[in-house]
Amino acid sequence: MNKIDRQPGSPHELPKIGIRTDTRDILAHAVEQSRELADYFVVDIDAHVTETAFWSEVTDRIDNDVIRHMAKSFQDRVGAPPGLLNIQAGMNFQDVYGRIQHQAQLAEPTPTGGPHRQTILTQRAMDSMGIDRMVVFPTPMLTLGMHPQPEIETALGTAFNRWLIERVLPDDPRLAGMIYLPFNDPDGCCKVVEEFAGKPGVIGFTVTSTRYKPVHHNDYMRLYAMIEETGLPLAFHAGFHWGDESMKQVNRFLTMHAISFAYFNMIHLANWVINGLPERFPRLKMIWVESGLAWVPFMMQRLDAEYQMRTSEAPQLKRRPSEYIREMYFTSQPLERSNLKLTEATFEAINADTQLLFASDWPHWDFDLPAAITTLPFLTEQAKRNILGLNAARIFNLEVPKHKLTSPASPPSAAVTA
Amino acid sequence: MSEIFLGQTSDFAEGDYRIFAVDGVEVGVFRVDGDLLAWRNHCPHFGGPVCQGRVFNRVSETVTAERTTDGLCFAGERHVICPWHGFEFDLRTGRHPGDPRYRLQKIELSVRDDQVFVRLP
Ligand code: FES
Repeated sequence: MNKIDRQPGSPHELPKIGIRTDTRDILAHAVEQSRELADYFVVDIDAHVTETAFWSEVTDRIDNDVIRHMAKSFQDRVGAPPGLLNIQAGMNFQDVYGRIQHQAQLAEPTPTGGPHRQTILTQRAMDSMGIDRMVVFPTPMLTLGMHPQPEIETALGTAFNRWLIERVLPDDPRLAGMIYLPFNDPDGCCKVVEEFAGKPGVIGFTVTSTRYKPVHHNDYMRLYAMIEETGLPLAFHAGFHWGDESMKQVNRFLTMHAISFAYFNMIHLANWVINGLPERFPRLKMIWVESGLAWVPFMMQRLDAEYQMRTSEAPQLKRRPSEYIREMYFTSQPLERSNLKLTEATFEAINADTQLLFASDWPHWDFDLPAAITTLPFLTEQAKRNILGLNAARIFNLEVPKHKLTSPASPPSAAVTA
Repeated sequence: MSEIFLGQTSDFAEGDYRIFAVDGVEVGVFRVDGDLLAWRNHCPHFGGPVCQGRVFNRVSETVTAERTTDGLCFAGERHVICPWHGFEFDLRTGRHPGDPRYRLQKIELSVRDDQVFVRLP
């Protein structure tokens, strides 16, 4: 790591940033920003590991001898994607063709003999951005739900879960995971809940949203009941899919990514609400991850309008769809900020003060820093603290360290009456 | 603030760039078509280390008289790309090519007797 020379008047040269640059150098400017967060409790609900960089550690944990052998046989081939994984068109477009190096690869050296390399990379990012707790999700496996072989999704998803809790999480109690559910296999999902609920570092469950599955199907009711019983949240983590029929008419990654990352969550959320799942599982905490927020007020208004005219098609609902949506949780990244009036209205619509959870998405190209929240001019100090970490502490039952404030140090100035 | 000496002009190769930190201020010095240009290493988006990013030519798309596209091509302008999220800035103007709200902060640079100096804010 290169330290900036503080000798007065003596210039010190800084490195150009490439794939081998230390995360702490890439994020050195974030360290300066994080100083103002010293007494904030900051929880990052969505950061990522790069599981394919440690793929043999994952595939070693596949139960089935034949499937494990299949995965290993792929791995020895030159230029082949990691064994059995369905790598998608567009995966390599994310770094904007070499412009954003931390997305391309984190190839920096890390010491051996101590914590797992993935843990070290994650710690460097957390410490640089002033993050107290970080929840990590996979990266290429976000599209594993499109795998043509459901049994492979189950084998890889379960192996990933084991790798995460056995190799990555134990080295740092600040890290946590939301366990991968092989959603194409409802019974397999239930087995995953049985195996992993209560394991150290497990704070919830994840459906990767990129898939064609009706989330309201009766096959899933046992799964939702089991998760509700654990008290842990269920997250739908968005992803893109350029192979989707609609997306095949889109010629730029930018366009596809902008639409596709919201698209699957829009469908799953609509099915979830209109089929009355909030009424059937009133204690199940739902989190919608990595679709930004602008889609949510759109869905609220669209579904309300249609529901009011076609109430007979959603007989389980006792309230307007938007009222159920306001009780769900959303992660903030990638936060749409180009029109702050719209951002403010969105925060008001989703009741962000209690329902919004900060997420960085590090190390991906569209990551957000805590400053994405702290610099919003319309938020109160308390709202910033809630969104950056206190809402997450409440939902995930996290202990807030004593030196972190749960409310602003000085009370807000008295309201001005007209 | 007094001027800071950064090196000889020959220390800045054509097409290349170097980044310095001095007294808590960071500055990138770029050689573009013979000229030396200096910008603050602070991205107007979220404060990223913009000058430590990579330099690319601007990508353009030629539209014909019939309004069809001839496809993508590289234009002559040199852009520095912020390594955090990819905002691009024209190295001569400091401007983001599509959003005038974002521009780099210029640093005063002078050359005397082949020696390069910057005056930091
Ligand atoms: S901070 Fe430079 S692009 Fe975001």
